[in-house]
Order: sequence, then C-alpha cells, then structure tokens
Amino acid sequence: MPEMVRLVVDGLELQVPAGITVAAALLNRRLVARRSVGGEPRAPLCGMGSCFECRATVDGRPHTRTCMVRVRNGLDVRTDD
Amino acid sequence: MLPDVIVVGAGIVGAAVAEALAVAGCRVRVLESAWPGSGSTGAAMGHLLVLDDSEAQWRLTRLSRDLWDARADQWGAALEWESCGTVWVAADGEELELARRRGAWFAERGVASELLDQVALRAAEPNLAAGLAGGLRVPGDSVIYPPAAVRLLLEGAVRHGATIAAGTPVKRAGGGWVELTNGDRLPAGAVIIAAGLATPELLATPVEGLALIPKKGHLAITDRYPGWLRHQLVELSYLKSAHGSAPSSVAFNVQPRATGQILIGSSRQLDTLDPTVEPATLSRMLARAATYLPRLETLTILRTWVGFRPATPDNLPLIGPVPGQPRLWLATGHEGIGVATALGTAALIRASVLGEAPPLDPTPYAVDRVVGWMAHA
Ligand SMILES: Cc1cc2nc3c(=O)[nH]c(=O)nc-3n(C[C@H](O)[C@H](O)[C@H](O)COP(=O)(O)OP(=O)(O)OC[C@H]3O[C@@H](n4cnc5c(N)ncnc54)[C@H](O)[C@@H]3O)c2cc1C
Ligand code: FES
Repeated sequence: MPEMVRLVVDGLELQVPAGITVAAALLNRRLVARRSVGGEPRAPLCGMGSCFECRATVDGRPHTRTCMVRVRNGLDVRTDD
Repeated sequence: MLPDVIVVGAGIVGAAVAEALAVAGCRVRVLESAWPGSGSTGAAMGHLLVLDDSEAQWRLTRLSRDLWDARADQWGAALEWESCGTVWVAADGEELELARRRGAWFAERGVASELLDQVALRAAEPNLAAGLAGGLRVPGDSVIYPPAAVRLLLEGAVRHGATIAAGTPVKRAGGGWVELTNGDRLPAGAVIIAAGLATPELLATPVEGLALIPKKGHLAITDRYPGWLRHQLVELSYLKSAHGSAPSSVAFNVQPRATGQILIGSSRQLDTLDPTVEPATLSRMLARAATYLPRLETLTILRTWVGFRPATPDNLPLIGPVPGQPRLWLATGHEGIGVATALGTAALIRASVLGEAPPLDPTPYAVDRVVGWMAHA
C-alpha cells in the first residue's frame, strides 16, 4: 500500500497516493479541472505545464496548473464544477 | 434630397457615422481598406466615460455617453456591456483634492459622482494598495467591447440599406468623389473620411496644417478572475500622461471585462511607429499598475498587444466639413476616447451633412482650426 494523503476537492475529502500530482488525482477520479468560456469540461492533457487545461484554484490561487503541484495533506482544490 | 454618402474607414467612428446617415435615409457606402475594426478600434479598451479636460471635450463625451446609454438595453449583452463605473484613484491628499474638484465640476453639470475616502476606496476595490488617499467614483461610466460595437453599428447601417466594402482601399478623395487603388472613381453627394491615422494622406487637395500624431499604446489582458476588479480604475494624474508631450509615459488604467478578465493599460509613446510590443515599456506599465494593485503580480497575463491612437495637437477631434472643399467631411483625431465619443461624432456629422441643427456647438471640433498647427508642430 502506498502512503496516502488527504486532498480536499470542492469541499470533499479524497484519500490519494502521496507523491502524485493534483492533476493525476483529478484524473484518477475522472474529475473535471475547469470549464471553458463556452462551458465545456476540460481536463489535464499534457501533464507538463504547457497546455493550461488542468487549471484549478489551489489553496485560493486561481488558475494554478494542477499538473505542476504535488498532492499534500489538506491541500484545498476548487474545480469549475 | 438626401445625398448619397461614402464613408472611408470602418473603425468605430466610420461605423457610427455610417449608421447615423443610413438611419437618416441616405444611401451609404462604407469603403474599408482591411476589415471593420482593424485599425485603432480593434486595439482599444472600451471605456465609455465623461472627461473634464476642456469644456469641448466634456460636451462631446457627455453627449456620447448619453447616446451609448440609450443603446444599453437593446445591445447590452452583445456589446459585453459592463455598468462598472470609473474610479479615479487619488494616491495622496493633493490628488484627492483634484478628485473633489472634479466631482464638484461634474455636479454643476448634472453628472453624478461620489468622493471616496481611504476606507471607502478599499471597500469599493479590495485589491487596491493600502495607503491610497481615496478617489472619485463616476457610476454612470461603462465598458464595452469595441469590435462588437463596430459590428452592431454596421449591421444597423446595413439594415437601413448601407453596403460595406471591406478589402477596398481608397487611394485619395476629394469633395464629392473617391478614387480606389484599383483606379475606380466613385462620385458621392457627401464623402466622410474616417480613416483614422491615414486620413491626412488620403486628401487629394491637402489641408494645410493638418497633422495627426500616432500615440502608441500597450495593453495586456489576464486570464479570468471574476470579481477581482469591480470598476474601471484610472489614476487621477492620467490626463497628464495622456495629453503630455513626454516622448514616453505610462499610467495606471485597468478595466474589468465581462468575462472576468482584466485589461491592463496604459502607455503612450509619441516617437515610434514600431507595431510590436516593447518589453521595456510593457514592464514599466505593469510595474505602474502593480504599485496600485500589488496582487496583480499573482495573476496570469494571456496576451499583450499595441495600438496607435490618432491624436491632434490640441487634444480635440476633427469633426466637420473641409473648408473650401464642398461635399467633403472629416471625422477623426479622437486620440484615446474615440470609442467613447463615436456616437456624438456621428450625430455632429449627420447634422452637418443634412443641414440639421447640431446637437451641440460644432465649432471646437471644426477642421478650419488646423491652420495654426504647422507652427505648433
Ligand atoms: C491602447 C489603446 C487603448 C484605448 N482605449 C480606449 C478606450 O478605453 N476608450 C476609447 O474611447 N478609446 C480608446 N482608445 C482610442 C480608440 O481606439 C480610438 O480613438 C478609436 O478607435 C479611433 O477610431 P477611428 O474609427 O477613428 O479609427 P480606426 O479604428 O483606426 O479606423 C480607421 C479605419 O480606416 C481604415 N482605413 C485606413 N486607410 C484607409 C484607406 N486608404 N481606405 C479605406 N479605409 C482605410 C482602417 O483600416 C481602419 O479600419 C484606445 C486606443 C488605444 C491604442
Ligand atoms: S496538463 Fe497541461 S498544463 Fe497541466
């Protein structure tokens, strides 16, 4: 069993493996990161910080690229959903 | 009988003039060298505001703001209309005194405003730096998206029978005629040149003294941060920068867009025609904005660009008939407020072309005043 940490996504607590990125945690749960201006659901694509499709509000900071942030205990993630 | 009209240029000014004359019943043709809104208009912020720099500027901005307001109900959403108002931000006590005087001046002329002290300013805009002295809120000012305004005005003109020819450069024009670059010569009862900075070079018979000064401006737009900014914020010393003769200046001027994006301005450069973004000027402009909005540095900028404002030596536009050249009018030189003043400009041109009573005294904008400009330049 990998070590688990507690992530808060849109107010819901998730147990996720330590060491992965927030984007990976969202993908594992099939969660949408953001919605386009037209309202389409968007999710991580490149995984390396260049497509900006994985943005969410992380610890109050809007438009954070979640593929560039490792999960941490108590990290607060807000998606557009 | 109503004249057939040719409008040269489909920026915000040409589009407004075309609509006004088409609605009045004229047969209108718009000739645009590239595409509608491709000039200054496409680069602009869409701040609709009243300005007290001079009595003439006040009257034109005031009339135009009323005319825009009359469109808000019908066009609001399509124009991305934001009734956000302006806050003129005062950095210190001296500027707050300027704000108070501007408010009193507005009040005498029947325009509402509200003086904000230090606490009220922070309540109105929580992201502003602590320690700013206050400001003047002008709730009746608004924001629109200029390219959308061009489209709606031209659609209105077309509904009243106008035709729009994009990709149709005019080579030169005179009283009652226009010559295209392909050699075609088109007659018209009235020719209105609204070609922005290109206007002087299109005149077959030059108007002595006529000169427009290109004032380059940089803008940057952020990602979407809904609620981050509530008003168009402008530093009180803005007009110093806008009308000064310094070769290069920056001023704090930020705008909330309907999308939640923040449009950040502004810079003015008099000594360049370089159409590219200059990192040094852009940095200075952003640093200036960050002294007012420190947390701006945490936002992501998506795009930067530049535009050129068509300025005149006396900071007033040229609106009216060309002396000695019957059936020829100019409508240009609006510097940084051509969007705000487009509808008033169109009303003045309409009255002049049709011989109707003007909506305000046209003298301060008359073309004959350029005679003195040679010496000035
Ligand atoms: C950075 C910046 C910010 C600004 N912010 C604001 C603001 O917040 N509020 C505001 O009110 N104003 C603002 N302005 C000013 C505003 O953009 C101008 O005053 C306004 O767009 C001028 O409109 P215009 O129709 O006269 O010129 P343009 O938009 O330049 O239109 C002229 C048109 O004529 C066409 N043309 C040129 N030559 C020919 C030819 N030979 N034949 C046929 N067509 C021709 C061009 O292609 C163009 O489409 C800003 C400007 C800049 C640069
Ligand atoms: S997934 Fe592409 S930037 Fe994060």
